[in-house]
Amino acid sequence: MIRVSLPFHLRNLAHVAGEVELEVAPPITQRRVLDALEARFPQLVNTIRDRRTQERRAFLRFFACNEDLSHDSPDAPLPEAVAEGREPYMVVGAMAGGST
Amino acid sequence: MSSVRVLVGTKKGAFILSSDGKRKKWDVSGPHFAGWEVYHLAGSPKDPNRLMASQTSGWFGQVIQRSDDAGRTWEAVDNKFEYVGEPGMHQWYDGTQRPWEFTRVWHLEPTPDDPDTWWAGIQDAALFKTTDGGKSWTEFTGLRTHPSGPKWQPGAGGMCLHTILLDPKHKDRMYVAISAAGAFRSDDGAQTWKPINRGLKSQGELPDPNVEVGFCVHKIAQHPSQPDVLYMQKHWDVMRSDDAGENWHEVSGNLPVDFGFTIDVHAHEPKTVFVVPIKSDSEHFPLDGKLSVYRSKSGGDEWQAMTKGLPQADCYVNVLRDAMAVDTLDDCGVYFGTTGGQVYASSDGGETWEAIVRDLPGVLSVEVQTLK
Repeated sequence: MIRVSLPFHLRNLAHVAGEVELEVAPPITQRRVLDALEARFPQLVNTIRDRRTQERRAFLRFFACNEDLSHDSPDAPLPEAVAEGREPYMVVGAMAGGST
Repeated sequence: MSSVRVLVGTKKGAFILSSDGKRKKWDVSGPHFAGWEVYHLAGSPKDPNRLMASQTSGWFGQVIQRSDDAGRTWEAVDNKFEYVGEPGMHQWYDGTQRPWEFTRVWHLEPTPDDPDTWWAGIQDAALFKTTDGGKSWTEFTGLRTHPSGPKWQPGAGGMCLHTILLDPKHKDRMYVAISAAGAFRSDDGAQTWKPINRGLKSQGELPDPNVEVGFCVHKIAQHPSQPDVLYMQKHWDVMRSDDAGENWHEVSGNLPVDFGFTIDVHAHEPKTVFVVPIKSDSEHFPLDGKLSVYRSKSGGDEWQAMTKGLPQADCYVNVLRDAMAVDTLDDCGVYFGTTGGQVYASSDGGETWEAIVRDLPGVLSVEVQTLK
């Protein structure tokens, strides 16, 4: 089971309280995890990745196991601890306080 | 007994204000979608419990929310607003050409007879429609692909389609307004469009007096009994057309300043018009710190300041283009929201005002549902 941690606003949008657990068939990659996440919560489509280009939204980051994976290939294998469910794959709102 | 529901979109969520027909006591629910910008929310005239909201964020993009129970619960529906075919190019601030790119939904317009059918105006300017309650959106390309498109340019807020008016007498006629392209009319159900900007003048920005597009139209309003009469708050100038937009003439008259964003028409008096003058395009706040609604009972030209109950000192808020609406009770209610988070209401056609809620986030839009 893959554990996914979402930022506050996306948890609200998905109507979930804590981490999300997803069944993802190997190989466990960022693309496959996000595909499974969006399949389970269609309202998250286009909020994390651009629907057309599949690129990460500029103000979001992807972390796991104390590493920033935001610039890794979406098809690269995720760390073993994520694939085994010991650590969450984290979608994080970038630090940007905004103007309002 | 009649009641009123005021739908308020703000910089940090949506709020729903409810009152009985006396409009003295107000219940406030919200924030809905807390922390998100809600550019607009509106209700279906056919089924007032059906609401749609445009929820948007620089972090997470666009979400469209639908409620079937007057805002008690919400469901995210489709957020796919994809231009059909090649997006094409429009003019950028520096005069270069830039491709159309979706940013957000500015305005959601319900149709009178079908709670599942809505129009959406987006940035970069284009017109979309749903006929299944928001489960899917389809672009009507005739507007974006108009030959004048490469000359459209963004206003300071982006190249937004912010006004959608459905003509109540001519089934296939509708109007839209775009900053900064101008006003457009369709007579065939949004298939084809005609710029209707003759008579508008913006000498500072557009030296050619006969230019077809490029005008920063801030808002258009009409009265359902006289849909061929249109009122416009342009960047500068308050304008009127008596022939469905074919020709415009200025009706700023004795306004102390004719810059502003919003404009609306009394529910029962088609010649009674409301505007909120703003000092200038450089200083987006009321003249001398005095918040004033100006009312004309003659279709423009002759205006009267309606200030009773509004702050008359040290007020430096703005009133944005979609932030005024009227109810249809016998004593027409007029409502507007400010960037300071107040929503002011008048239950006597603008004679007197009071804040029905204060200290909300900056108000982006106000709509009213009159429930009978």
